[in-house]
Amino acid sequence: MCLAIPGKIVEISSENRDCALVDVVGVRRKIDLGLLHDDMPVAGDWVLIHVGFAMSKISEHDATDQMNTLRALGEIDGAMQEVQGYGLEDVN
Amino acid sequence: MRFVDEFREPELISKTAEEIRRLAGTKRHYRMMEVCGGHTHAIYRFGLKDILPENIELIHGPGCPVCVLPMGRIDDGLSVAQQPDVIFAAFGDMMRVPGTQGSPLEHKARGMDVRIVYSPSDALKLARLNPDKHVMFFAIGFETTAPSTALTLMRAKAEGIRNFSVFCNHVTIIPAIRAILDSPDMRLDAFIGPGHVSTVIGCRPYEWIAQNEHKPIVVSGFEPLDMLQSVVMLLHQLRKGEARVENQYKRVVPWEGNRAALRAMAEVFQLRPYFEWRGMGFISQSALRLRDSYAEWDAEQRFVIPGIRVTDPKAAQCGEVLKGVLKPHQCKLFGRECTPEHPIGALMVSSEGSCAAYFNYEHRKAMASSLSSIA
Repeated sequence: MCLAIPGKIVEISSENRDCALVDVVGVRRKIDLGLLHDDMPVAGDWVLIHVGFAMSKISEHDATDQMNTLRALGEIDGAMQEVQGYGLEDVN
Repeated sequence: MRFVDEFREPELISKTAEEIRRLAGTKRHYRMMEVCGGHTHAIYRFGLKDILPENIELIHGPGCPVCVLPMGRIDDGLSVAQQPDVIFAAFGDMMRVPGTQGSPLEHKARGMDVRIVYSPSDALKLARLNPDKHVMFFAIGFETTAPSTALTLMRAKAEGIRNFSVFCNHVTIIPAIRAILDSPDMRLDAFIGPGHVSTVIGCRPYEWIAQNEHKPIVVSGFEPLDMLQSVVMLLHQLRKGEARVENQYKRVVPWEGNRAALRAMAEVFQLRPYFEWRGMGFISQSALRLRDSYAEWDAEQRFVIPGIRVTDPKAAQCGEVLKGVLKPHQCKLFGRECTPEHPIGALMVSSEGSCAAYFNYEHRKAMASSLSSIA
């Protein structure tokens, strides 16, 4: 439950600014940006993702650290499985 | 210190561990509670207990949402799932949690439509894809997860998706900390504050702990060095007799929290007058329900909920473990009747539960060393 997965914003949908394509160690999936309305990220920014929603903007350095923590915790497989199951692929 | 060499910054870890030993001295015993289940998991996984001196005791707190959910709520949720044309959707963490008639996974084996989702938006997608079915999302989690449920409900309302509802079990961390501090058998010196909950609520909600209860609290990250640095910060305060809220996890946690997330929660949820926590009893204003403006998406309004109350198996001592009065291995069932493969208590189900964490790291280690000494 406490998994927070770092991802890099690749593209923000032009039709729906709450929908972004992110890259999580090579896997590209859509996430919801609706919880970052006060501090909207742009393409190239890094965010921490929790259950499909970006929760906070972080630096690239901290994103790498967070990925290492997940790896050390043995949570990488779980995290990658989670990223692929957010169910936002058909949202535009 | 078996894991030190595996850490990314072994020298810094050793230096920080040395500083902890110096600050902790030998005269005083320190009891620190890590509130968050993610921290509990990390503490065992990284073997931090082996690094800390013996007079620093880490007490595992109530911050594992699966663990604190009473069994009756699982039964209530599954009772909705038994109705025709209902899809029961929940996070993977929930799937093996036992109800009185078995876990969601066992109900699935009996033919019920139970689905694992990774996001509330994934559950909403199921509703879009199955217009002739009703999708009920069994929502659990603290303030980390509640905003995502809130935003998903706002999207469902905006899109007019009416075959979707939420069975809301979201809980809030502050009243649980208050209940622990009010508990007569609890003696704590300080708190390691939750990391990701604090990205949402910020650090201000903890100020009463410092001001009124005079206990220091440091919001901490999840890496070994984060947690050790948090212990250093707590020791500095304790030695000076101070009690402040400090933020060790500044790189992720803003002091003011995430206002957009708090707005989404305020739009969709209101506080319940009270809610039952497993092992801790009823705690006032400690959980969220959907506002009446979202009644149409509230499983508790749409369906008849039996409101089942189940007492935990008498022999299980989840409550004492949850409050830190007993260590996991001191429970009568630990490692015998209750194991991660066959959990009786919820603390054994989730990897963030203190019993499962203890079993997976400490117990297996002890078993391995006793076997090797026999050999």
